[in-house]
Amino acid sequence: MNGPVFRAAGSDALLADFGGEISEAVFARVVALDHALAADRPAWLVETVPAYTSLLIVFDPLTSDHAEVTNHLRALDTSTADLLPTTTHVIPVCYEGDAAPDITQVAATLGISPEAVIAAHLAGDYRVFMYGFAPGYAYLGGVPGKLQLPRKAAAVRGHPVGSVMVAGPQCLITTLEMPTGWWVIGRTPVRVLDVASERPFLFEPGDKVRFTRIGLADLHA
Amino acid sequence: MRDARLRIEAAGPLTSIQDAGRPGWRRFGVPPSGPVDRRAFAAAVSAAGGHGTAVEFSLGGLTLVAEGEPLAAAITGAASADVNGVEIGGWCVVTLQPGARCRIRAAGDNWGYLAVAGRIDVPEWLGSRSTHLIAGLGGGRIEAGTTLVVREPRSDLASVAIPQPPDPGPITVARAIPGPQQRFFSADAQVSLTTATFAASSRFDRMGMVLDGPLLPPLRIDMPSEPAVRGALQIDGDGRMSLLTADHQTTGGYPRIAVVIDPDIDRVAQLPAGATIRLEMIDEAEAIAQTRAAHRQTTQWLSRVKAGCRPRPPLMMANLVDGVVVTRPRGPKYPPQR
Repeated sequence: MNGPVFRAAGSDALLADFGGEISEAVFARVVALDHALAADRPAWLVETVPAYTSLLIVFDPLTSDHAEVTNHLRALDTSTADLLPTTTHVIPVCYEGDAAPDITQVAATLGISPEAVIAAHLAGDYRVFMYGFAPGYAYLGGVPGKLQLPRKAAAVRGHPVGSVMVAGPQCLITTLEMPTGWWVIGRTPVRVLDVASERPFLFEPGDKVRFTRIGLADLHA
Repeated sequence: MRDARLRIEAAGPLTSIQDAGRPGWRRFGVPPSGPVDRRAFAAAVSAAGGHGTAVEFSLGGLTLVAEGEPLAAAITGAASADVNGVEIGGWCVVTLQPGARCRIRAAGDNWGYLAVAGRIDVPEWLGSRSTHLIAGLGGGRIEAGTTLVVREPRSDLASVAIPQPPDPGPITVARAIPGPQQRFFSADAQVSLTTATFAASSRFDRMGMVLDGPLLPPLRIDMPSEPAVRGALQIDGDGRMSLLTADHQTTGGYPRIAVVIDPDIDRVAQLPAGATIRLEMIDEAEAIAQTRAAHRQTTQWLSRVKAGCRPRPPLMMANLVDGVVVTRPRGPKYPPQR
């Protein structure tokens, strides 16, 4: 495989672009570069942002420059590129009542029963590809094909924190009350963002997620 | 030691607590936040004695009443203020006596700062008091009814004018580096980027500002979400351009045709609606050189700001006008070159 293309992303950042296709193989290389860079942090490194097919590297423009950072990245050993992290989080989800306001419409749109929607969601093999949109909004890839549908035409307000929602191949657990055009099919008592915690974010990019089913009583326990 | 308090009587919708920012958390969806105009913010906190937290306000202005201990405050950025009806202008240090009502009006640009000689007692999140405004995390939003408590207040600063940045006045040419998603644009769009004139708009917040100008529609809209940065010139599906600023989304699926270099980002964000701007593309090495030069210039200017702010001579205490210490007839008109 060829190395990533490095592009300037402003005066203090580089984007390592591994190619346009979203796949576990491409993402594994993003994570490998991220880990290789973090293993021996250069003094100029400010932070990195992994995404589906690219890694942003933010550096201190007073002490380094695009050329030095590019050379450093090219020299890193990323031979573990086929090894994604194996941390798996098990997230309980309630798919009932007001915890699942859109499940009936999702089922009707897909032409399957609500139980089949739940079974499909539980069967998914999810990976945390990146965060974005708002603090703690982790984009999970791996929604089964039969559950994939385009987002709503307009965003809807008022979904509580912990809403589990899907759109296309992606699944997301909300951390803030924000308007969304995604389909809310359940709710979890687990908090991906715990504002008061020293380690406030539950997932690292690359982690795996599995969902299990709980009832309304367990959601409110 | 007793506290000072600032009781907020009126505040625009974009008013919040900011400090120098919260770097290091972008991988979790948390942008650095911090002030939209980092230079004006730095001048305010330097002039007010170095506590690193300030109130950021926008076009809605800010009206507050001082309570408790007397308190020195610094006002910078797009602002003109009066204290109990006495005009003090902007870019100045003023001492607020208990009961003084300070009314700050936006003047000229979009963002202004009020820093105080003391520690504003607000919550910290992830090591910073900056407010991520849509989430409300950090120091917090400021609205009518908010009372800010200021610990260890000082009132012994002379009421002086604060020197303005070395390049005051509106920016007319912003320098930018092409990319990183340049491949999504036609050659025509890339030419338009540097030949057309764009205009600041009134459609802005802490996440960004829409720049009016020719539409530069992307060739495709199938881009996988990629990391975004402050200063990015992001093009939506219709071809409209936005400048991303302090609270920008950390990743997103709209392509970025170019990124404004760091020293020019905040100056573009300060442009009032209708002010025009051109974009000049420069290469990476030139961007680094310009960024370092601007940093040296800003550092020298901030040391002049610090040097200019000094303890108030005891005699000046007598010079009270309705609770405000005025040691000069009027503040400089802001903005000075318009």
